[in-house]
Amino acid sequence: MDLLLFYLRKLFTVLKNEVIVLPSRVVAVLFFVFLLFLPLLTQDAYFLRILTLTSIFAIFAASWDLLSGYTGQMNFGHALFFGVGAYGSALLNLHGHIPPWGSIPLGALGAVLSGLIIGIPCLRLRGTYLALTTLAFPIILLGIVFALPNVTGGELGISGIARLAGSRVANYYIAVVTMLGLCTIMWKVTDSNTGIIFHAIREDELAVRAAGINTTRYKLLAFCLSGFFAGISGGLYAHFMRIAGPSTLEVSKSFEVVIWAIFGGIVTIYGPVGAVFILFPLLELLRFWQEYRTLMFAGVVLLILLYMPDGLFPWLRDKIEKECPRCKIRNIATRHTCRVCTAPLD
Amino acid sequence: MGFVLNIIISGLISGSVYALLAVGFSLIFGVARIVNIAHTAFYMVAAYCIYFVNHKMGFHPLWGMGAAIVLVTLLGLISYSIFINPIREHEAAVLIATIALAMAFQEIMTLIFTGTYLSVPSLVQGYFSILGVKVFYQQLLTFCLALLVMAALWILLMKTKLGLAIRSTAQDKEVANLMGINEARVAMMTMGISVGLAAFTGAVVVPLYTLEPLMWMHPLIMMMAVVVLGGLGSLKGSFLGAYILGFSEALVVFLAPMGAFLKGSVALSIMILVLLIRPEGLFGVSFEEER
Repeated sequence: MDLLLFYLRKLFTVLKNEVIVLPSRVVAVLFFVFLLFLPLLTQDAYFLRILTLTSIFAIFAASWDLLSGYTGQMNFGHALFFGVGAYGSALLNLHGHIPPWGSIPLGALGAVLSGLIIGIPCLRLRGTYLALTTLAFPIILLGIVFALPNVTGGELGISGIARLAGSRVANYYIAVVTMLGLCTIMWKVTDSNTGIIFHAIREDELAVRAAGINTTRYKLLAFCLSGFFAGISGGLYAHFMRIAGPSTLEVSKSFEVVIWAIFGGIVTIYGPVGAVFILFPLLELLRFWQEYRTLMFAGVVLLILLYMPDGLFPWLRDKIEKECPRCKIRNIATRHTCRVCTAPLD
Repeated sequence: MGFVLNIIISGLISGSVYALLAVGFSLIFGVARIVNIAHTAFYMVAAYCIYFVNHKMGFHPLWGMGAAIVLVTLLGLISYSIFINPIREHEAAVLIATIALAMAFQEIMTLIFTGTYLSVPSLVQGYFSILGVKVFYQQLLTFCLALLVMAALWILLMKTKLGLAIRSTAQDKEVANLMGINEARVAMMTMGISVGLAAFTGAVVVPLYTLEPLMWMHPLIMMMAVVVLGGLGSLKGSFLGAYILGFSEALVVFLAPMGAFLKGSVALSIMILVLLIRPEGLFGVSFEEER
């Protein structure tokens, strides 16, 4: 009982001293709470379906950020991981009769393998060469998918896959909890020593190598990690939609994830996640003007970029928070002195 | 014997198209470091422009060609100065701005012309046959015009003052600026030339292909592959790479089973194989590690 009270008091102190003081942290906590308790408020099938898909794509966008944002290895073919994850878990489920909780991680391991296969030749390339070369891989796979209709179902894809879970609320919880968990893991990874090395590789690879760090290994690690998370999202997508089709490998899928991530702000993890939660429901909202939907989507992206070229969320964060010039701790913009070292702000 | 000739014709045509597109793409990349995903979207807009002038207004396609090149170049310059120029320092933002532009053009064309397949009559009718294979005059014309424009571009880049400015800006922006070259203006002009090339490509090739709003996707991928294969910023490389990929596509389509599905895969695999041996492409300069 005492122990419980101790933890409760600790939780309360953390909330009071670490969360309430910064609006961005309050927003993050509210976001978690909102997603976890939403089914208590509404069980509307359409609404839950949108949020489930949004969560799945949020994992996908964050995994692009982990690779391309952090290490600077621009990947234009991220749909490859998504597609391999989707097709892998679909085939395992259909022919191996492995239930979703097994087929999704195994499909993701397939995506890791594909990350290794494309990572090894791509490590020799840099910058624009890398970006343009990675674009090729999902298209190569797409050609193979079309050429082997007996295995992959050709243009129709693989259908008749097992459901993710019995009910739509369960589906929702699987997708949302996986998303929150995986994004927290990604955020932790980028916050660790490995994450610092990823940052450094983007900023100055030569200097990192000069410091005695095997950059090749870390770049491959980034490819594999990112492939794993993207593969999970692909597997979830296949089991949720109950179909793994060629649309998971298309060029537009690769472009979509780049748009989400850059729109939200790269090198943040929370940026791409937030961007998906804004753009994906927005696209659904625009379905009332079916013909103008993509046009308006493109227009919104173009306009936002004109004013916030670093992405939406870093821009917002800079508006509501200031960094202390002395101790580098973030403060709410309304404060005049730093909350830790009391140095005057700005 | 007939299919060999078919392969040669189809390889030469698609090779020339890819070469023209790739040269324009690598020009603007070299000068302004812009990866212009919308490059082939301009090609598509030009093609639709000809269709509009020819079908809806009833003029000869030749008028359409002229109008397409002028209008699309203007369109390119306008969208460059509104959407791309203000955010040029942010490479990532420029990238998705061009993707969004391409999507917007695709949607506008779908709204105006719907998604149905359309076609445009040839500039010159008729054909002659060699070894029982029909060779349309339009195919010959497309090929010759493509070569002519390539030659003109080579002269522009190598022999004129503007070409010198473009080449030096591509090599070193700061030093070019110090030598009194207005870098912003050169970038603008290069954008004009680049989009003009895309429009010209669309104009000459439209009678041979079918028109649809998604027609920019496949050339985009092949164009990027050509640029990487030949080496970024190398005219010679783009030229050679374009014909290599054009011919390999034609070979796969005519010889392999399920060739139409695999043509992209095989061409891109060739590109990756070359990159494994020469990471900087066939004629690319392996430049110093940029810091």
